[in-house]
Amino acid sequence: METFLGLDYNIWWFLVFGAVISGYAILDGFDLGAGALHLLLRKELSRRIALNAIGPVWDGNEVWLVIGGGALFAGFPVAYAAIFSAFYVPFMIFLVGIIFRAVAIEFRSKEPMLWWRKTWDMVYCGASTIIALSLGLMLGNVALGIPLNEQKEFAGNWLSFFNPFSIMVAITTLALFMMHGSIYLTMKTEKRLYARLRILSRNFIIFFVLSFVITTLYTLLYVPHLSDFIRTNPAAFIIPILMVLSIANIPRQIKKGKYRYAFISSSVTIALLLIMVAMEVYPYLLFSTVNPANSITVHNAASSYKTMKILLTIAVIGTPLVAIYTSFVFWTFKGKVKLDEMSY
Amino acid sequence: MDVEILSRIQFAFTIAFHYIYPPLSIGLGLLLVVFEGMYLKTGDKRYEQITRFWIKIFALIFGIGVATGIIMEFEFGTNWATYSKYVGDIFGSALAAEGIFAFALESGFLGILIFGWNRVGPKVHFFSAVMVFLGSMFSAVWIVVANSWQQTPAGFRIVGEGMEARAEITDFWAMVFNPSSVERLTHVWIGAFLAGAFLVLSVNAWYILKNKHLHIAKPSFKIALFTATICSLLQLFVGHKSADGVAKNQPAKLAALEGHYDSLATGDMYLLGYVNNKTQQTTGIRIPGGLSFLLHGDFKTPIKGLNAFPENERPRQVNAIFQFYHIMVGIGVTLIALSVFATWLHFRNKLFDKRWLLWIFVWAVLLPQIANQAGWFAAEMGRQPWVVYGLLRTSDALSKTVTANQVLFSLIMFMVVYLLLFILFLYLLNRKIQHGPVDYGTKEDIEEGSKRDNPLLAH
Repeated sequence: METFLGLDYNIWWFLVFGAVISGYAILDGFDLGAGALHLLLRKELSRRIALNAIGPVWDGNEVWLVIGGGALFAGFPVAYAAIFSAFYVPFMIFLVGIIFRAVAIEFRSKEPMLWWRKTWDMVYCGASTIIALSLGLMLGNVALGIPLNEQKEFAGNWLSFFNPFSIMVAITTLALFMMHGSIYLTMKTEKRLYARLRILSRNFIIFFVLSFVITTLYTLLYVPHLSDFIRTNPAAFIIPILMVLSIANIPRQIKKGKYRYAFISSSVTIALLLIMVAMEVYPYLLFSTVNPANSITVHNAASSYKTMKILLTIAVIGTPLVAIYTSFVFWTFKGKVKLDEMSY
Repeated sequence: MDVEILSRIQFAFTIAFHYIYPPLSIGLGLLLVVFEGMYLKTGDKRYEQITRFWIKIFALIFGIGVATGIIMEFEFGTNWATYSKYVGDIFGSALAAEGIFAFALESGFLGILIFGWNRVGPKVHFFSAVMVFLGSMFSAVWIVVANSWQQTPAGFRIVGEGMEARAEITDFWAMVFNPSSVERLTHVWIGAFLAGAFLVLSVNAWYILKNKHLHIAKPSFKIALFTATICSLLQLFVGHKSADGVAKNQPAKLAALEGHYDSLATGDMYLLGYVNNKTQQTTGIRIPGGLSFLLHGDFKTPIKGLNAFPENERPRQVNAIFQFYHIMVGIGVTLIALSVFATWLHFRNKLFDKRWLLWIFVWAVLLPQIANQAGWFAAEMGRQPWVVYGLLRTSDALSKTVTANQVLFSLIMFMVVYLLLFILFLYLLNRKIQHGPVDYGTKEDIEEGSKRDNPLLAH
């Protein structure tokens, strides 16, 4: 097996894939969260400012989903095929959410009528919520494992995706995004809207911490295999500790009015959560609940080494480029939202 | 209906709908670069107005293009799991490259293009327009490469057997520059430029007819006409090159395109016709030996017909393929005639006098769209029964775990959603066009503009 810096290519690509997914969750996470709390902003002007806070960047954020899809397809085609065909129904709902959300943002500002804008506000909020929930639901089921037969194909019923654990993960994901999004919006707004969002972000932190604690307790009690790795590797305990610290840092920074640090903290929280899931799941990409031997792993689902090398070359060239212009776009639109004639 | 036919309908439907938008993004992207370049060079405020107007329409088109494009990326996994496993090495790398090299560039700079007018200087703004355009061009590169590999696979080897078989890359650049990549990509690019140019032509022809916004409608019409003329003429050569490639690499497809069954006969070229799939007869207006002449330079050389291929290795819906192909070619010729004629009138200073011609331009926006769709259908149906030409059959490429009911549910869902989306798109596009460009230069317009855009004043 060919290795690079002591790790084989499959593991490298697993790390790249994980980084892309974390990037997606952090970036699209805040605009999805902003969408999910949209209806809590009552005034038309507030809603417009909130929309324009994500306006120039949400499209770029969604690119990470496309890169993630491509990364899974290219690196682990067997996992890509199994995951999306198994999650057919929830994934289709997710996709419809993606469509409606994109067009709601685009269409809303095109007409001045109140009914028009209210309708698209509802679509935008509803679609953002559905996307967050279905992402969480799929993540929960991936962590839990699904029935896979000897051909590594889904052998269950899609209704079984709605199990208590996955539903809890779904709600936690929604809460996490809403917290993340509200912090982002607070950072981007001023005056009364800022004051309103300060209160909202505090409530979402509580919502997140509660759902997180409940899900964690449930996991420890009823899904023991998801804490095996940390239990057997005391060094890995650093991750949950860091996570608790970063979560605790969020209200601390908010109290000081340092929203940028609070936002960084909630981004770190998202990354640590995903690292923890990845640690517990590895080496499985999709665990078979019927027979562990049927599971799809980082090694039996991968592309050829040649492709892995090509992919890593693409990533090494592409990532700095994406990083440069993403930062440039965020830097261009830094500071509080100012509406002008081209705004949504 | 079974899973195969439902999945094929779903794929064809979702991609056909998606394929309305990316060509427009590419074509409009090119014109945006030209318009804003003119503005930067001349400082003429009219070009700023034109640019801003088309950026708003671009944003609308781009939004739907992205939303429907994300569906496509995942449909391979949801509906075509076996295919995904088979081509993951290759198709997956192309998709990943598209995401990171093209789509990220395009979407990143789009924010600056739309919202950045007051945030960045004119040069950076122009740079963003160029980057968005380049991003959309690169997108086409990787998508067409991935699709071309399905048509003419290269740079790979097959590993494993039966249902476990899959393609592995042996030579990345041979995969990228497979025998049909370059000719198909240029064909697609120019088709996209034409789609964009004819949209601009249509809108401005309508303004001129209605005597509105003349000071900006006329210059934009001319720029678009210039683009359309060059591109339609280029397409003649590029399209021919494409057909040559099909003859060389996919002879069964070529035979289907021309409805040619008999291997011992010379190939006739049809202008119009009808293929009877049962009797294997093609009737219509034809140039005897025309196809032979185009491919071999004489009217005598026989061309390989469909009968030279085993029944289960050639496309079945020959008449449909024939018709799609001929619609595309026919439109291509029409576009050349239309744009060359208009250019000729332009040089005689009579272009804007001919109201009937302007009306034709108003409706001609549909032609490149129809040609793009027809060309795509001819190319994809002509590849059947293979999903990867000569290697993997479409019927073997399905997801085994997905049921007919699930596909039917998603198909109906997409149909309803897309229909709704399309109606809204047309409605909003029409409203944007009716509203017309805003003059950002004069005081009244700025006041009017801010009144419209400021919700406190609007309500």
